[in-house]
Amino acid sequence: MPETILKVKNLSVVIDGKEKIIENLSFEVKKGEFFIILGPNGAGKTTLFKALLGLIPYQGEIIWSKKDIKFGYLPERLSPSEFKKLPISVKDFYKFKNVSEEKISKILKSVGLGEKRFLEKNPSDLSSGQFQRMLIGWALVGDPDVLFFDEPTTGIDIGGEKTIYSLLEKFWQEKNLTILLITHDLNIVYGRATNVLCLYKKGICSGPPKEVLTPDTLETLYSDKIKFYKHKH
Amino acid sequence: MPSQFILGLITASFIGGVAGYLGSLMISKRMALVGGPLGHLALPGVALSLIYHYNIFLGALLSISLGAVIIWWLKTRTKLSIEALTGLVFAAGVALGFVILPLSQAEEALIGDITKVNPIDTILAVILGLVIFFVIKKIYQKMVLLEISEDLAKTEGVNVKRYNLIYLTSLALMVALEVKIVGILLTAALFIIPAASARNLSTTLGRYSLGSLIIGMVSAILGMFLFKLTHIPAGPLIILVNTSVFIISIFLKSE
Repeated sequence: MPETILKVKNLSVVIDGKEKIIENLSFEVKKGEFFIILGPNGAGKTTLFKALLGLIPYQGEIIWSKKDIKFGYLPERLSPSEFKKLPISVKDFYKFKNVSEEKISKILKSVGLGEKRFLEKNPSDLSSGQFQRMLIGWALVGDPDVLFFDEPTTGIDIGGEKTIYSLLEKFWQEKNLTILLITHDLNIVYGRATNVLCLYKKGICSGPPKEVLTPDTLETLYSDKIKFYKHKH
Repeated sequence: MPSQFILGLITASFIGGVAGYLGSLMISKRMALVGGPLGHLALPGVALSLIYHYNIFLGALLSISLGAVIIWWLKTRTKLSIEALTGLVFAAGVALGFVILPLSQAEEALIGDITKVNPIDTILAVILGLVIFFVIKKIYQKMVLLEISEDLAKTEGVNVKRYNLIYLTSLALMVALEVKIVGILLTAALFIIPAASARNLSTTLGRYSLGSLIIGMVSAILGMFLFKLTHIPAGPLIILVNTSVFIISIFLKSE
């Protein structure tokens, strides 16, 4: 039985002293899980990530299995244009993590950006898919125990999306990582998640997707009728 | 005893170089015009220094610090944006400065006077310049990361409030130093123009930050030599040399 890496008890997050974004949420994540957080826009998914990463204040308990646990984080909607205002290369960006050039090349190669020309490029000159892969590589620097990915395929075409999810799965298996992923893509949820947390301010459901993601649960979650179509093979 | 010109040259080159280096972060932070209001805020303090004959640096620093505290205090008591409050306070500062300052002494406050630099000013410029340079060098990468994504920076252990405070304090100190050589009107230019030129000529962060420093320093030195030749006030000459370098950089643009 894998050890519990994260225990969340009665978590509540209030923004500006008024609006409750997350209310009394409790769940657990085991080491090595591919854990997906599902919910409509405004459900509190990104806020949950920020609370887990210690970026915002919260009430309740967030207990990690060890104190010096290392995180890798890919935030939602980090725009390439943020890099455009500076003469910064991919190599410069990776050096912010005090990593050797040899290691930078190795990581970039592992995310499919191994050619030397990528090192000197400004990240804003990469394609959307390349940019997201560069960020995935950046999150992997320092051998994290847990990776947080907040909608990593937003704005990417279907081919690029497939590449990114394959990469995540590859790293998850090779490095025995725990992955926490926010996505709206139900195919990914059913195909890859070990467990899913349905969130709409409170926890609506939690468990293996095929067991807990029933049409009724999805209707409660998205306030709409959801129909399933089974593929015939 | 070094000559007046040598004192001015050392003072101007240190201030020009470090201001350029600080400016390279200012451009990326879209704070390009902050140096202007900060300079204007210095006027009441500079006016008092000129009237009562104490060091302009101290007067400017006191005045800028007081202005910053007033902006912060107003921010906690109104819903106005920081830009609107800065505009309000700096305009009031300029008005107050001209009420205090006799018109005969206004020129020195507005465009600086390098001929009045004394050995204490030079020592102050060198020591503070070096301290600010090394402090900013230490946090430079984190400040850039903060600019790219506050969340990413926080996960890398950046204390946002502390880093911003260090940066703003360095800016305030630098503006107070600049007033002596370029006056309150041209403080922003010493930050912005060298960095803008280096931005045109660089593709990597290292070259950009170093380039901003070198361009700021070399422009100040050239401006000082032009001052020696023409006896036109050094402050405006330094800014015009910087502007010329910027124009040249447009034609040499690297991307």
